[in-house]
Amino acid sequence: MAMMNIIEAINDALKMEMARDERVIVFGEDVGRAGGVFRATDGLQAAFGERRVVDTPLAESAIIGAAVGMAARGLRPVAEIQFLGFIYEAMDQLASQAARMRFRSAGTVTLPMVVRAPYGGGVRTPELHSDSLEGIFLHSPGLKVVMPSNPYDAKGLLLAAIRDPDPVLYFEPMKLYRYRKDEVPEGDYTVEIGKANVVVEGTDLTLITWGPTVPLSVGVAQKFAAEHGVSIEVIDLRTIVPLDVETILASVSKTGRALIVHEAVKGGGVGAEISALISEQALFSLEAPVLRVAGYDTPYPVGAVEDDWLPNATRIAGAIQEIMSYA
Amino acid sequence: MWIRPENQPPVEMFQLLDESGQLHGEMPNLTDEQLLDMYQWMVFARTYDERAIRLQRQGRIGTYAPFSGQEAAQVASAYALEKTDWVFPSYRELPVVWVHGMPLKQSLLYTMGSVQGGAVPEGVHSFPVQIIIAAQTLHAMGSAWASQYLGDGSVSVAYLGDGATSQGDFHEAMNFASVFKLPAIFFVQNNQWAISVPRNRQAASRTLAQKAVAYDIPGIQVDGNDILGVYSVMQEAVQHARSGSGPVLIEAVTYRHGPHTTSDDPTRYRTPDDVQVWMERDPITRFARFLTDRGLLDDAKDAAIRESAAAKIADAVDAAEAEAKGSLVEIFDLVYAPTPPHLEKQQAEVSQVLAAKAQMAAGAAGGAMGGVGATGATGATGATGATGVTGGPGAAPTSQPAPGNGAAPQAAPHGTPTQSGPQGKGE
Repeated sequence: MAMMNIIEAINDALKMEMARDERVIVFGEDVGRAGGVFRATDGLQAAFGERRVVDTPLAESAIIGAAVGMAARGLRPVAEIQFLGFIYEAMDQLASQAARMRFRSAGTVTLPMVVRAPYGGGVRTPELHSDSLEGIFLHSPGLKVVMPSNPYDAKGLLLAAIRDPDPVLYFEPMKLYRYRKDEVPEGDYTVEIGKANVVVEGTDLTLITWGPTVPLSVGVAQKFAAEHGVSIEVIDLRTIVPLDVETILASVSKTGRALIVHEAVKGGGVGAEISALISEQALFSLEAPVLRVAGYDTPYPVGAVEDDWLPNATRIAGAIQEIMSYA
Repeated sequence: MWIRPENQPPVEMFQLLDESGQLHGEMPNLTDEQLLDMYQWMVFARTYDERAIRLQRQGRIGTYAPFSGQEAAQVASAYALEKTDWVFPSYRELPVVWVHGMPLKQSLLYTMGSVQGGAVPEGVHSFPVQIIIAAQTLHAMGSAWASQYLGDGSVSVAYLGDGATSQGDFHEAMNFASVFKLPAIFFVQNNQWAISVPRNRQAASRTLAQKAVAYDIPGIQVDGNDILGVYSVMQEAVQHARSGSGPVLIEAVTYRHGPHTTSDDPTRYRTPDDVQVWMERDPITRFARFLTDRGLLDDAKDAAIRESAAAKIADAVDAAEAEAKGSLVEIFDLVYAPTPPHLEKQQAEVSQVLAAKAQMAAGAAGGAMGGVGATGATGATGATGATGVTGGPGAAPTSQPAPGNGAAPQAAPHGTPTQSGPQGKGE
């Protein structure tokens, strides 16, 4: 075991897989000489050369389009989009091209490719550097979406993503990059895509979240248990597509109450999908309405007000109290 | 004063065969057999295009984008490739993919809306047909990058139209290809029209070929209705790209004789006189004159070539029409591998609905079918509360796979092309 933060875990996974598999090639803006704006690819170009760690011209659509062409030819491209908010530039190549190639070709052309991108708020960035856009890709069949919240999952999910036969979007919680160091195995392991993780067990309420709001939610849950005797089960989804519906339903059937917490805007989002799934498949277990604490339905706001816009302990606690008030 | 005419890039159109079929310049290195083979491909393509429009009018295929007028550009450019090279077609490039090895039957299945229609047979180095304008230019660039990385010596060719040169993706692809010196060829068929918008509304530049100047790569404009001229420039471009010297841009000047698709009415935006000018530059007539002058073609031989093309096309249409077009059940397995639980669940719902539908159809055919009425498929699950299709127990009591649905015989493997055009390029 080694102690690593999320950035180090990502770097370790990339190094390990590049050493193991000659087909893996890493490229994007500033990933080579600079080692990435967050240093996720630090040292890779020195270790593997300019042929395998490539600084590209500044063009998101071409970065994803190149990955599509390469993956179809048998390589395992790992492309970086510098900030998730920039991915709109590449929406056609993701949603119309990468997502649909297996389908379009009746299974004859497949794309083992990964797109990495940092996202998430609370770090006072300029516009379009903090947006959480996973909901868009839940609505784009053919893409998988993983969103680790800790160093162990970061490494294991990235290794799983690179080895996956289909395009995987790997979104990295910017705020948690150096949040804390955890024990991470130095060797090879994967975290299965499509499996959620019950990080805190509980009996009264299921709190479903992912990415940067996981540590926040765990903190609130622990506080509630201590101060109010409410036992909250916290599920870290880890994968957005495909959703681990089984784990969600099992927990909600047990607790009878559900709260979903995410940074992305509320309307038409992943929380809405989870809430719909619960109402379709576990309605009669419910003791209270399913609530969502999420970003408001505005563009991601400026730094002066972002902390109030984001899900925070106060908003989460308020939602828990409301749910628990249905006795 | 630095803005002077001589600071603008030169514009010259390369041509070997003039409109009367006279050769000017050096004959490309092609045997008589190859010349005739290329002619057969052109005739085959034109014959199919005319047949396809009739099939669409009869409701036997879906919306179709005819390519008549562009046969020389397509056949010659594909003819200059090795089968190990890669092509990235848009929807108007059927002759390209046929010359490159795609069976005609597969193209028919595509336009007939078969679930397997987009399949690329094993060994055919083509991407599926691209609908989004210029998106394939990036895939060709990525493929060329893979070729460079793998050192496999193959060339990737993006096929696009004049309209596609207005897209940002075209610029991004050319730029990446140039920066990384990739073995990519951007083959633009400037057919003068992007649906109703003419070439001079796509770009103010005098040629599309001159866009190569910005990337510091070779670019050339060629008479796209001159099959020998296109072959000649393409052959040199392929050598250039294959040798590691970087990408090439080719603008083949041609014309779309027909509508954008079978849903388009070109009389709304161009006159018969406009079209007539280009009919007189027809690539097939021109090449036929050349071949006749060389003693390679006469009326009897031409008739035989046309008859053979029609027969091959008829066989392919018969074969495609005889093939099962697939069931909705199959599509769920074409999204991810393996199929994730939420899609398996929807797939199971579809199986149930289709089984109930088949049962109803059988009931209607047999006269009376007890309680299974029009709402049988969902009504049967009423007791479980939630929406019928997710109801599980109680739904579709006897879920026998219905004929023509989930249990339909698997389509024959597409890796065994039974229909192809004329013989492959004689190598």
